[in-house]
Amino acid sequence: MSGIAIDNLNVWFSEGRDRVDAVKNAALTVRQGSSFGLVGESGSGKSTILRALTGLVPTWDGHMEAVGETLGKKRSARFYKKVQMVFQDPYASLHPRHSVDQVLGETLGLHGYRDIETRISELLDNVGLGPSFRFRYPHQLSGGQRQRVAIARALAPEPEILLLDEPTSALDVSVQAEILNLLTDLRTERNLTYLMVSHNLAVVGHMCERIAVMQNGEIVEVMTVQDMRAMKPKHTYTRHLLESSLGYKRAVSV
Amino acid sequence: MNILDVENLWVKFPTRSGMFDAVRGISFSLGKERLGIVGESGSGKSMTGRAILRLIRKPGIVTADHIRLEGNDIMAMSERQMRDVRGQRISMVMQDPKFSLNPVMTVGDQIMEAYALHANASKAETKRKAMEMLEAVSIRDPERVFRAYPHEMSGGMGQRIMIAMMLIPGPEILIADEPTSALDVSVQTQVLGIIDRLVQERGMGLIFISHDLSLVTSFCDRVLIMYAGRIVEICQADKLHEAQHPYTRGLLNSLPRLDEPSKRLEVLKRDPAWREADSVSGSVSARA
Repeated sequence: MSGIAIDNLNVWFSEGRDRVDAVKNAALTVRQGSSFGLVGESGSGKSTILRALTGLVPTWDGHMEAVGETLGKKRSARFYKKVQMVFQDPYASLHPRHSVDQVLGETLGLHGYRDIETRISELLDNVGLGPSFRFRYPHQLSGGQRQRVAIARALAPEPEILLLDEPTSALDVSVQAEILNLLTDLRTERNLTYLMVSHNLAVVGHMCERIAVMQNGEIVEVMTVQDMRAMKPKHTYTRHLLESSLGYKRAVSV
Repeated sequence: MNILDVENLWVKFPTRSGMFDAVRGISFSLGKERLGIVGESGSGKSMTGRAILRLIRKPGIVTADHIRLEGNDIMAMSERQMRDVRGQRISMVMQDPKFSLNPVMTVGDQIMEAYALHANASKAETKRKAMEMLEAVSIRDPERVFRAYPHEMSGGMGQRIMIAMMLIPGPEILIADEPTSALDVSVQTQVLGIIDRLVQERGMGLIFISHDLSLVTSFCDRVLIMYAGRIVEICQADKLHEAQHPYTRGLLNSLPRLDEPSKRLEVLKRDPAWREADSVSGSVSARA
């Protein structure tokens, strides 16, 4: 089976009395071609799961499986090709002194592609940027355009799984709509699998079919988007989150 | 009566390629109400808040026909007079408490300083006031927080401390510039609840600056929608869904919604005419 399967995952940082258990006993499965959301407050461990999956956190145990591969300390070149990540802040995740052309060219080169020229223009086209953007630097791009470049970079090695870490929370709502539409289209075109982290329930509800709610490093509830829309949470914390996301409610005047 | 009257406010920055107008001739007034200012990044909403306190640094230029605070023109005040306005009559809560609190001073000292600067009170009286204020912003353990340093506080606590500090001199107007954007949703509602309660209890005017349309709708009485430095529309917050301007409509429609699923989100198509259109006046003529 491809897609993602995680079972009994524990992630911790530092040892001894400073030890922090960031993820405790997490389990989730994402079928190939589906889209799965992780929501929770800051510090609940949602991003940590993504980072452990890509291999950015060395201290974890449990079982993780992605694109048909059981993951250990070392991962194969195929894994790094098939699993790609898009980060939250497009201002920080692009090298300020590399042009778009260099960013994409380097990624393609690393993954052993030869026809870099044609692929770069294809990638730019895929994410809705014209050829005129090719030789620009990040400071010459708006936030939305930068996030498009970051997505193009993630698409470069022709991945099957995209890990999306709050891909739109640094963007204005109108730009957010463009990026979310782009991600929806890319998923249908390429049958991609998404694992998306966000604190915005509406965004996750729009993008994902199943949603896991996290609190203090634990997954407290996995629910379908239909249940979420119908406001039928099982766990009290989920109810609390859902209610908060509806906006501010004025307490009956005192 | 209006507490604040802003008429024809401009904020300009000279750049190499000519003058850049961040705010282009806006007018509005504020009574004892919650006024929201919404817009995207670069729409000039934060600049408006800063201009009212004359916090725009050189080479930035602020001009206005008048910014009247209960009849006195802020634009005509000297720097010395401004010092009595800032904090004491108009105060401001910024987005991220991490950057607004002094990291090397205890929370208690900072709050006491904010009070002592404007009030002529004894040390014991100041401390009592500060503790009262910490309780007013729903801090459960004021004794401990009083002695703590900002880095020992979470984001939500930090923001409450900021609010306590800003409200302790008893200002008439509170400007809150994205006060909850750095906070988690559940903490966000708590902090908003505190702001709401205090503003009502004290009969203050609130200017709430935010990019979050749905939040502003649920929190404010009246909303100004800014685009490219101008006010394009003014709505009663509860009637925002009846908004007419295509920009406001576009912003509303581009939000994903839990209760109304859609395959694709509507993308805002910007019309160059919006930029050129005259600013709508947000002034309300003096009410009884």
